Amino acid sequence: MATPATALRPASPPAISVTVIVRDVSHVFMLQGSTLEVLDKINFSVAAGEFIALLGPSGCGKSTLLRLVSGLDQPTAGSVAANGEIVDKPDPSRILVFQDPTLFPWTTVWKNAATGLAARGVLQQQRDRVDDALKLVGLSGFEHAYPHQLSGGMAQRASLARALVNDPALLLLDEPLGKLDSLTRLTLQAELLSLWLDKRFTAILVTHDVEEAVLLSSRVIVLTERPARIKAEVAVDLPYPRHRDNPKVVVLRRRTLGTLGLET
Amino acid sequence: MSQATRVVEPVAPSLARPFSRRIWTPALYSAASWAAAAIVTKALPDVIPFGSSDLFAVLVGVGAAGFVVLAFASPASGRLRQVLDYYGPWFIAIGVWLTLWEFSTAKTGWLPKPFFSAPTGLLHVYVTDWQRLLICIGYSLKLWGLGFSLGAAFGYVAGVALGWSKRFAYWGMPILKLIGPVPATAWIPVTFYFFPTTYDASIFIVALASGIPVTILTSSGVALVNRAYYDVGRNLGAKPWYLISHIAIPSALPHTFVGLFMGLYYSFAVLVVAEILGSKYGLGWYIQFQTNYSGYANVYATLVIMAFICAGLVKLLFVARDRLLSWQKGFI
Repeated sequence: MATPATALRPASPPAISVTVIVRDVSHVFMLQGSTLEVLDKINFSVAAGEFIALLGPSGCGKSTLLRLVSGLDQPTAGSVAANGEIVDKPDPSRILVFQDPTLFPWTTVWKNAATGLAARGVLQQQRDRVDDALKLVGLSGFEHAYPHQLSGGMAQRASLARALVNDPALLLLDEPLGKLDSLTRLTLQAELLSLWLDKRFTAILVTHDVEEAVLLSSRVIVLTERPARIKAEVAVDLPYPRHRDNPKVVVLRRRTLGTLGLET
Repeated sequence: MSQATRVVEPVAPSLARPFSRRIWTPALYSAASWAAAAIVTKALPDVIPFGSSDLFAVLVGVGAAGFVVLAFASPASGRLRQVLDYYGPWFIAIGVWLTLWEFSTAKTGWLPKPFFSAPTGLLHVYVTDWQRLLICIGYSLKLWGLGFSLGAAFGYVAGVALGWSKRFAYWGMPILKLIGPVPATAWIPVTFYFFPTTYDASIFIVALASGIPVTILTSSGVALVNRAYYDVGRNLGAKPWYLISHIAIPSALPHTFVGLFMGLYYSFAVLVVAEILGSKYGLGWYIQFQTNYSGYANVYATLVIMAFICAGLVKLLFVARDRLLSWQKGFI
């Protein structure tokens, strides 16, 4: 994954990134008669090929927002548009990567990664893409392993491979590194970054790790407590790769923490 | 024994090892208990004659001799030795059981005929009536096979539909809850009306007994599938049929197998009753027939056969489950 040389084959169409516009999105959950407001008039847009981070307190509705952008759920009010088209259903060009790897435990890593191609009936012609994606995330040799045999980090790589096989134009990352140990987390942050630099898909990362947001994204959108509103936006105008000890990174991290009401 | 060996080993391995390892001691106890059964059968006079006592004495005597051979010839280690070590206590207990059984029935009459039978009596049934029993086994396996496979197939399809479709569950679940607790045999009067032959009615009863647990467990298995798996599938472009066949069904398979195991036991239990319905052969029919004539030895002999067949089928199902659900190893 760290080596851009092992990119997906040119046989696949080059990743076309996508512009995302979230307009006046509000969302309400109905819970046994009572209503729970989760999102309150969220507005933002993401340019094609941009990497942005959504930051906010736990349970503020970040994950809900990501599900709305993916099309798995529909907003109560407002709209999400991808390349000008209203998102009203999920699509393999916009893939959500969950905090849990959610690999299918009953089948192998290879078949898990192949899920998208198999579901769309194109696996026979594109078997190489599965091998390439697994190579890209460093899981060559684990094709026949079952998910229960993988470590947390490896499982999340497999989950990433399952997304990348489909050449997504938009990758929605819902705290994908949230449950990993700190060392694996640092490694995967770097790998995720080089992957994005290589492919330039549009990426939206939900996280509550301020440092992760500042290291990876070009813009950090800070949300309030539930119902979430946009509280602040911090531009991270620094070249990649960024080092966590870089004084500018430290300043931005402090400023972002400040927007969350936390001083360091 | 092995405990003692382990303690002694570091001190004097050369002394501790050869004897305890070479002779498989439980076999000697087994030989003794089996020989006791042979001696009791042969040496004591019969108070109640059951027949075939000479043959029984020979068989258990040969068994005893076999254990003596095993005691000295069994491998010192390896897979076979592990199996022997595991079942050693059972081999001993079987000899003790046969001795006491023969003694309390044929030799003393403490447990009187016709309500009790001696092991020699059961053997006598096999010796004299084996042809009819074989035919009955064939008939029962055919009836059970047809009933169970039909019940499992329909139950499986119904279970997937109930677990997957809200509309199907709306109409289906109340019906399933109503007919689920009704014993399959309670349907006999109705089945006579609906089915052209009594044999079809029998198949239906067996199918119902095996189908209901498969339906209930499969539907709950499908309904319990982690929603996130469906999200992943939908996100990757899967159509509903793919979600059912590649996510709902494999995910629910452990539940389905529990249903199959329950269905197997239930279907065996109703087999006896189903075979009353106008059958001319079958183990259930045989049991009924012999009960009417107080042939309890025949009844017990048949029950032993049924128990072994059922245990064999359960074993087969376990093998199938272990193959299909090997991915579960990390969870259990």
